[in-house]
Amino acid sequence: MSFLSIRNLSVRLKKGPPLLRRVSLEVAAGEVRGLVGESGAGKSMIGKAVLGILPPSVEVTEGEILLDGVDLLRLPIAERRRRIGASAALIPQDPLTALNPSHRIGPQITDRLVDILGWTRADAEARARALLAEVQIPDPDRVLRSYPHELSGGMRQRVLIASAFAAEPKLIVADEPTTALDVTVQKQILKLIAGMQARHGTALLFVTHDLGVVSKVCQKLSVLYAGMVVEDTSVADFFAAPRHPYSAALLAATPKYTDPSAGLQPVPDTVIATVQAEVAAFDRGTARG
Amino acid sequence: MQGTEPGYWLGTDSLGRDVLSRILHGARVALAVALVAGTITCLVGATLGLMAGFLRGWVDMVISRLIDIWMAFPPVLFSILLIAVLGPGLWSIIIAIVVIDWTRFARVIRAEAMAQGAMDYVASARVAGRGRIGTMLREILPNVLPTIVVLLTLEMGIAVIVEAILSFVNLSISTDDPTWGGMIAEGRTSVHQAWWVLVFPLITLFLTVLSFSQLGEGLKDRFDPVLR
Repeated sequence: MSFLSIRNLSVRLKKGPPLLRRVSLEVAAGEVRGLVGESGAGKSMIGKAVLGILPPSVEVTEGEILLDGVDLLRLPIAERRRRIGASAALIPQDPLTALNPSHRIGPQITDRLVDILGWTRADAEARARALLAEVQIPDPDRVLRSYPHELSGGMRQRVLIASAFAAEPKLIVADEPTTALDVTVQKQILKLIAGMQARHGTALLFVTHDLGVVSKVCQKLSVLYAGMVVEDTSVADFFAAPRHPYSAALLAATPKYTDPSAGLQPVPDTVIATVQAEVAAFDRGTARG
Repeated sequence: MQGTEPGYWLGTDSLGRDVLSRILHGARVALAVALVAGTITCLVGATLGLMAGFLRGWVDMVISRLIDIWMAFPPVLFSILLIAVLGPGLWSIIIAIVVIDWTRFARVIRAEAMAQGAMDYVASARVAGRGRIGTMLREILPNVLPTIVVLLTLEMGIAVIVEAILSFVNLSISTDDPTWGGMIAEGRTSVHQAWWVLVFPLITLFLTVLSFSQLGEGLKDRFDPVLR
């Protein structure tokens, strides 16, 4: 059975338009699923819903989020927090704001293990040191004593990856973890995440708008448009033959470095019209009941 | 009334009292008010601001509306009214300052807490299972602390001024005890014959308030890990 299973999840702005329209997807244990779509398609919203960090301005209107078989949305808040904390983690998008500027790196990794999961301080510190070494930080002891502002962006993202794996979670949500980084660093970080994921056997929900990233890291893929899953497929099938016209257009829009003369291919208006008609039809359907 | 002379370095006033002694004695009231009123104002205002800015929702609604209503009162009238009701005395001044000035902290800290609350590190802490209060105290508070310290020292300066204003209009502690505001009020009547009775308490007041704001600047740099 899948470790994470989202069924018919609908989220909307309070008394506003829907943001997710009956999203369903599965992530098996140890599997990597990519979530792609343009800005505002609801990719990050899915990750936030899973981790219980939806902004207060939105509400879940229907659906289930099964984490290890238990519907998170039906749990009391404290129990939900405990379950998420024990089995899931986040690799955030922006390494500049994802570390607390007031605390040294060491405590930022270890305090959660000690305070919330009840590890001993010595165990937590040993774990943090080992993880920093695993994410190829040259001088773990120095980094543990550093403040975030003393580290480069790529270094901070490595720390965040180490921190995400610290409690050996079964599921990690990576919310565009390479978007804020230089292209040269992006590649290293991507390799690092893929390597860590494979070694630790962690399921990964990988939010990105970069199909190149998807092809390198993911096995499964959900393509989103306006909060609707327009295609749910394996990555191999997607790159061989995307079924939905929007997916095909998205794939065609990827810049081809081998053939610069092709230029940029925007998603054609006819395709946009097709998906928008689908979204409208969906909204009419749900409005009727 | 004498100007500077040995033994009375800042001169004497119309009753022959030593101005320097009275300034030093008045410092007790001024500094007591600054420290106590400043600290209590800071605790009340920063706590409410932190809660409003981080917890949001109905807590924010209530506290923000309270701030709006509070700030619509004219502060000078409000404080004179309060003292009139409470009666003069050290604690009356302190209470008046706290009651009037907590909004100064609450507004600024609320905005800062809101900005910090939107950062990814807060989301990570929540995912890890830290509770709302725990997140507020551990993740948010250290980041708004430099601002709190600056505001606190500014508030201490303001408290000194407020105490001087209230004693200037004779609403501070009993008139037997020297206060800077009281000295300034007395000196004003004889400024053409004895400038020192007015000028030295004024300079003391000025330097005290300046010192507090300088202290704030220094402490801010100490507390801010990026500047440290």
